[in-house]
Amino acid sequence: MNITLTVNGETVTADVLPRTHLVDFLREHLELTGSHLGCEHGVCGACTIRLDGAIVRGCLVLAVQADGGVVETIEGLSDSGEIADLQAAFIARNALQCGFCTPGMLMAAQDLLLHNATPTREEIREHISGNYCRCTGYQAIVDAVETTAKQRARAQ
Amino acid sequence: MSLSPTDLPNSYIGRTVPRPNLARLTEGRGLYVSDLTLPRMVHVAFLRSPYAHAEIRSIDTSAAENMPGVVRIVTGEQMQAFCTPWVGVLAHLKGLKSAPQHPMAVGRVRWQGEPVVAVLATSRALAEDAAEHILVDYSELPAVVDVLAALDPSKPVIHDGLGDNLAFERRLDAGHVDAAFAEADHVIEQSFTFGRHTGVTLEARSIVADWNKAEARLTVHLGTQAPHMMQNIIAMHLGLEEPQVRILCHDVGGSFGIKVHVYADDMAVAALARMAGRPVKYVADRLESFVADIHARDHVVHGRIAVKNSGEITAFEIDDLTGIGPYSMYPRTSAVEANQIVNLVGGQYACPNYRARARVVFQNKAMMSQYRGVGHPIATSVTEGLVDLAAARIGMDPLEIRRRNLVADDAYPCASASGLRFEAMSHHASLNKLLGMMDYAGLRTEQAALRAKGIYRGIGFASFIEITNPGPAFYGVGGARISAQDGAAVRLDATGAVIVQSSITEQGQGSEAVIAQVTATAMGVPLDRVRVILGDTDNTPYGGGTWASRGAGIGGEAAWQAGRALRSNILTLAGTILQARPETLDIRAGVVVDAEDGRERLPLSELARIAYFRPDTLPCDFQSELMATRHFVPREYPFAFTNGIQASYLEVDTDTGFTRLLRHWVVEDCGTVINPQLVDEQIRGGVVQGLGAALFEHCQYDAQGQMINANMADYLVPMAGEMPDIDVAHVVSPTLESVIGAKGAGEAGTAGAAACVVNAVNDALSPFWVVISEIPMTPALILRALGRG
Ligand code: FES
Ligand code: FES
Repeated sequence: MNITLTVNGETVTADVLPRTHLVDFLREHLELTGSHLGCEHGVCGACTIRLDGAIVRGCLVLAVQADGGVVETIEGLSDSGEIADLQAAFIARNALQCGFCTPGMLMAAQDLLLHNATPTREEIREHISGNYCRCTGYQAIVDAVETTAKQRARAQ
Repeated sequence: MSLSPTDLPNSYIGRTVPRPNLARLTEGRGLYVSDLTLPRMVHVAFLRSPYAHAEIRSIDTSAAENMPGVVRIVTGEQMQAFCTPWVGVLAHLKGLKSAPQHPMAVGRVRWQGEPVVAVLATSRALAEDAAEHILVDYSELPAVVDVLAALDPSKPVIHDGLGDNLAFERRLDAGHVDAAFAEADHVIEQSFTFGRHTGVTLEARSIVADWNKAEARLTVHLGTQAPHMMQNIIAMHLGLEEPQVRILCHDVGGSFGIKVHVYADDMAVAALARMAGRPVKYVADRLESFVADIHARDHVVHGRIAVKNSGEITAFEIDDLTGIGPYSMYPRTSAVEANQIVNLVGGQYACPNYRARARVVFQNKAMMSQYRGVGHPIATSVTEGLVDLAAARIGMDPLEIRRRNLVADDAYPCASASGLRFEAMSHHASLNKLLGMMDYAGLRTEQAALRAKGIYRGIGFASFIEITNPGPAFYGVGGARISAQDGAAVRLDATGAVIVQSSITEQGQGSEAVIAQVTATAMGVPLDRVRVILGDTDNTPYGGGTWASRGAGIGGEAAWQAGRALRSNILTLAGTILQARPETLDIRAGVVVDAEDGRERLPLSELARIAYFRPDTLPCDFQSELMATRHFVPREYPFAFTNGIQASYLEVDTDTGFTRLLRHWVVEDCGTVINPQLVDEQIRGGVVQGLGAALFEHCQYDAQGQMINANMADYLVPMAGEMPDIDVAHVVSPTLESVIGAKGAGEAGTAGAAACVVNAVNDALSPFWVVISEIPMTPALILRALGRG
């Protein structure tokens, strides 16, 4: 099937099998390997991407469902600078160890901060509870998100 | 106070500095094996056994051969000519037996998930499509699932040639155990059950193997913790010479021991690459990981403790029974966890009387082997569970009984009843520090006040010891070709930048950062001038890798020694250029200076320029050497023991059985702390893995040996919302085996977390007179214990 969509600001047209998942399309067809696969059944959040402004699990959405849509991945958010402060906070706080969950975690955290500029630690924990991290134990991630929220609030 | 050799001006040791590899990982620009694509690469799908135990009568691949995209289909039988089988035993684990294991089943399958047929196709999806058309005729056999049943002579023997299902047995008897029990004021017995769980690394195991026929070389891209071990093993079983195999590790999406082993499917992929003559990729999908990765724990331990009314603990006795699946894992075996439990129980206490037995049995479940903590969580849970029961029996505060029995801080060097030799630990200092962090008295008051309102909170403690920095005593003496020493090669390039090649590996711990910090400090250069290369058998010194909490302590020391050696070479060169005695010079912030007053004499960039481009300006008989290599292995002690104590504060809802973790504290002593932030995050991550084991994680099997929750929706892992904040602090007792003095820190969190949570739950439930000694402590288990299930 032919699909046309916008990925990180570029228009992409491709011929995909109907069964191809959006994250597989991004990783294999477009070689955007920043979105990861941790479970392929919608539980771990490693494949979290933005579709038409909302975060989705790339392993639960078919590429054909994104036809005509706007997709943003970790590579896009990195290049636009949208989450530069959040990434810097993750690095400063060592909020990633192996880094495999990190792209999905950053997508989820940014989504939270866009909707709730001053989340409590509990709200942060709640919001990222669909994103599994085996390495960090989460506290450093919560700290990094909290720090970023405070910095953004101060910059306002 | 005298300065240690690492207290240099501008030292990075002891400082939190950012890890050099994080920027690319936060931008999604890492390279994990699962991201790798090579020209002409094909993909494997494994058809795996649906039965725990069955005879393979026949395999019909004809329909699958003609499916689109299929390149080749290989059965276990056919693979035999390309890969020899292996046996997971070690000579020093006396009596350990196992059977030859093939990369794919030959004739019989022995666990659900064992690889049976491999399909190579141009895409993974097409390989999976074709695999569905393979017909395997199985004749199901009775499965041995339960550990006790495995020892029942009326039950099937999993490997006919081995005679029975007992893989290994060890007994230990130290001191006067019978007399101690006879003379005790109280003897308390308890059985402890530890469920099976597994690593669930977020990146599943992944491999790309690439056979280059013209070079007669196999390049294996693999997220392993031990590249040289894998090089040796792949070469040996594929009939190659070691130099014909190159192992390359890129970014690794978590490991925790899961990726240190030799897996049947990885060996199959290496053989398939050779058979197909092109790159072959395999990424386990999550459902496969649950049945193909090693599992851990699965122990039932019967424990006894003897105690006096004074609180003196006079004896421990344990009997451990564990099931390891149908084979002992290769090459590190599946007997190490039980062996560790025998070694470790009671080791934090000054108690000379100790008896132990451990039995390790085969069964038709996924294979069991070393995962983060290896035996420590069990030994700690049993020891600390018994100590709490003893305290309750004599009416003593749990901290007080620990105070009275923990090995004194001035008792070192000393040894445990089981013969472990301790160089220096700090149980009492750690306990005191913990008390300073947690306001114990205040929590007890709060607990009592809430209890009156029907809210049940509990406080639990767990003191522990941990084996780190192993020398050859772990594997080398048993005949495994796993390097006990590690190496570092440090060189100065022509711009004055430093490149370090180290034989340890990175799976997220921060190995790269630690090696850079140590080298920069040893040499006196700015951190950002140091680049680290890891995980490539062609481009690093030969060494062991990162496992058993040894990377920083052993690999870090090698980097220190190499950095100092290069510094010395540089100062010799600088002395020649500057016409000064080398000992009057120093390197600070990348500049050669006068040691006395710090006056800048020569930047390293200028020194390197002269050495490389204008050696004609140097004396004829002088040759500069701007690369130095050093290796390190601890000599005096077989292991560097660390210690610590953890505490948990939690609330149990006695109506629903839910446990809410409120707070967790850790004090641990890993000797010199090279990077405080990295150590703390290792502890936190390790604690959370232990909390997962305590409350959620469980590989559940039915009576037929089918894992019934082999997916991430049903196998519960700790998520952010359920985890507490964890306070971490340190006591520092450096090892004198190395200049740096660092011991391992990677497993301390896991060692004590479950133990203190179980103790806290039992403390919370003490008004109900129940004792829970089984993990995971699910709500259903807690309700059952309360008689409400
Ligand atoms: S890979 Fe999509 S949620 Fe796990
Ligand atoms: S950093 Fe490894 S899974 Fe989160």
